[in-house]
Amino acid sequence: MAHSGVVSETTSQPARGRLTQRLQQWLPKLALAPTAAMALVGIYGFMFWTGVLSFTGSTFLPSYEFVGFDQYVRLFGNARWLTACTNLAIFGFLFIFCCLAIGCFLAILLDQRIRNEGVIRTIYLYPLALSMIVTGTVWQWILNPSLGLEKLMHDWGWTSFQFDWLTNPNMVIYTIVIAAVWQASGFVMALFLAGLRGIDPAIINAARVDGASLPRIYLRIVLPSMRPVFFSSVMVLAHIAIKSFDLVMAMTSGGPGYASDLPAMFMYSFTFTRGQMGLGAASSIMMLAMLLAILVPYLYSELRGQRNG
Amino acid sequence: MKPIRHLLAAIGLSFVLSPAHAGQVEVLHWWTSGGEAKAMGVLKEMMEEQGHTWKDFAVAGGGGEAAMTVLKTRAVSGNPPAAAQIKGHDIQEWAKLGFLTNLDDVAKEEKWDQVLPPIVSDIMKYEGHYVAVPVNVHRVNWLWVNPDVFKKVGVEVPHTWDEFFEVADKIKAAGIIPLAHGGQAWQDATVFEAVALAELGPKDYTAAFVNHDMDVLSGPKMVEALTKFHKIRDYIDPNAVGRDWNVATKMVINGDAAMQIMGDWAKGEFTAADKVAGKDYECVPAPGTEGSFTFNIDSLAMFKLNNEANEKAQMDLARTILRPKFQTIFNKAKGSIPVRTDVDMASFDDCAKASMKAFKATAENGGLVPSMAHGMATTSAVQGQIFDVITNFFNTKDADPEATAKQLASAVQSAL
Repeated sequence: MAHSGVVSETTSQPARGRLTQRLQQWLPKLALAPTAAMALVGIYGFMFWTGVLSFTGSTFLPSYEFVGFDQYVRLFGNARWLTACTNLAIFGFLFIFCCLAIGCFLAILLDQRIRNEGVIRTIYLYPLALSMIVTGTVWQWILNPSLGLEKLMHDWGWTSFQFDWLTNPNMVIYTIVIAAVWQASGFVMALFLAGLRGIDPAIINAARVDGASLPRIYLRIVLPSMRPVFFSSVMVLAHIAIKSFDLVMAMTSGGPGYASDLPAMFMYSFTFTRGQMGLGAASSIMMLAMLLAILVPYLYSELRGQRNG
Repeated sequence: MKPIRHLLAAIGLSFVLSPAHAGQVEVLHWWTSGGEAKAMGVLKEMMEEQGHTWKDFAVAGGGGEAAMTVLKTRAVSGNPPAAAQIKGHDIQEWAKLGFLTNLDDVAKEEKWDQVLPPIVSDIMKYEGHYVAVPVNVHRVNWLWVNPDVFKKVGVEVPHTWDEFFEVADKIKAAGIIPLAHGGQAWQDATVFEAVALAELGPKDYTAAFVNHDMDVLSGPKMVEALTKFHKIRDYIDPNAVGRDWNVATKMVINGDAAMQIMGDWAKGEFTAADKVAGKDYECVPAPGTEGSFTFNIDSLAMFKLNNEANEKAQMDLARTILRPKFQTIFNKAKGSIPVRTDVDMASFDDCAKASMKAFKATAENGGLVPSMAHGMATTSAVQGQIFDVITNFFNTKDADPEATAKQLASAVQSAL
């Protein structure tokens, strides 16, 4: 290589030019090739493989004895899967809604050019620095009736105080919403704050001159122009919600019973501990389908809107 | 002079012999806690004495889940370890896929068929051939008792479930938690299993959880067992949700709770707290299961290898594990009892002695049954389905036992 380089340098300038040109053309593709190959194999390849496995009778190792839609039939006959899906619906909706509402509200408050904004912003953003495992463990301590909030209130003399959601099968899923919202709303706030700062002050001043009140300005002018921020927040929050695993694992490990089970935990437990890989694969394909069912229409409408507008 | 000459001869012999059969044994296990790791160290030494090299392949975490994931990868890529900690029904599944080797020669030499109860050796065999070696026997249906609490309240240790509820009422009235429990699926199943065994008896227990007889699973005795099981809810504290078993054991040690139903690994917690069996704590069979023994056996399954020296080492490993010397050392560290019925129990503690006595007696009279909660009775798929039904039932306030029994049968059916 070195030898040929020397030759081309001394003898043929135009050939070298062509070589570098070609190299320049190829270099970006070459540099991206490993990433592309990994994405192709690691994401789409395994997605396809999981799809194939979901039609087999695989137990604890993959096998290729095809059983048609049997695993899906079994999946939807499984009471625990239905609980997990219901939980995901409750959790996903409340989590996204509360994060957006709280994040947006905090961002608007912070946008009022207050003192020490930097400090407050950092405090709100800090929960994001913790891993979900830590968040889950801390909230488990806070919400545990014999350890946290309830005991504190009892010790302070308010003995009739009761907050046992963590041990109540009907309410436990809401405790997970509380912890997840605590963790993620600061992040949404940061996104919104960036969006708010990007709005042209001239528009707001013009509205002021026209005599619009502050809430009205935000409701009618500022928030509608923040559609891209809503879009990215929902995208990020939706995938956090669907893949949630560590938070529930740390807080309740799916309990009491399986009352706080989520599809990701269902998938893990059936694929890896119970030796029912086929059923686990079917459940992960259903999770993918759920994600696509929400994201594809949303992406489509958002991206089309952008192109036309 | 003579011992030295023997020693020299032995050393000389080992030099001559070792190149011929020095193999390597790689053992995948998750015995990583203090006493267990020490016990494995003994096995390592014993293997090295025989001229083999030991390659420890300990994967801690998740009750073996992490280790299983590693094992699957290794086995599929054609490079399995010599032995892996696989237990109960999973042995059959691995053997069915053709991964396990045949240990019949060692078994015949060492007379395994004579020293192991048939119900135990059946689990170690696939289609009549030995493929795994049992390491220890845990008894699951124990009731751990804090005698001070009983003395304070002035009640006797219960022997039937009716007595249990009577006694528990009094303990509860005295402001002490009657039963220490951890609300995790496997612990719920451990308690349920004890109640079911008492209600059904060993024969119907086997019919339900081993042979999956639908009539027994949804029958009136099962409904009765579920009713009693649900009643236990009243005698555990509301904060049991998600509690680890050893935390529950500490409640008994501290006198915050009176009893716990748990396998004999709980003994390790008592020992660590410097408590003595028979004095500071008592182990009695779980109510109504005096004549039965729910076993949970750890075992090492042996994989097919393609190196002759390593195969030889693997056979020596199998032989060594079942020799009385290792059985004694390992089981004293682990809190369990030897799987051979002919081991001298003199150096064991009272609970282990009682356990061995019951093990021998029940092996004769049919009271020896596999534990459903610990993967001995059925496949992990069926076990998982039972867990789901049981734990959901136990955690639902006004659950209907009759409907649950039917649900139990259909859940088992769906996983067969």
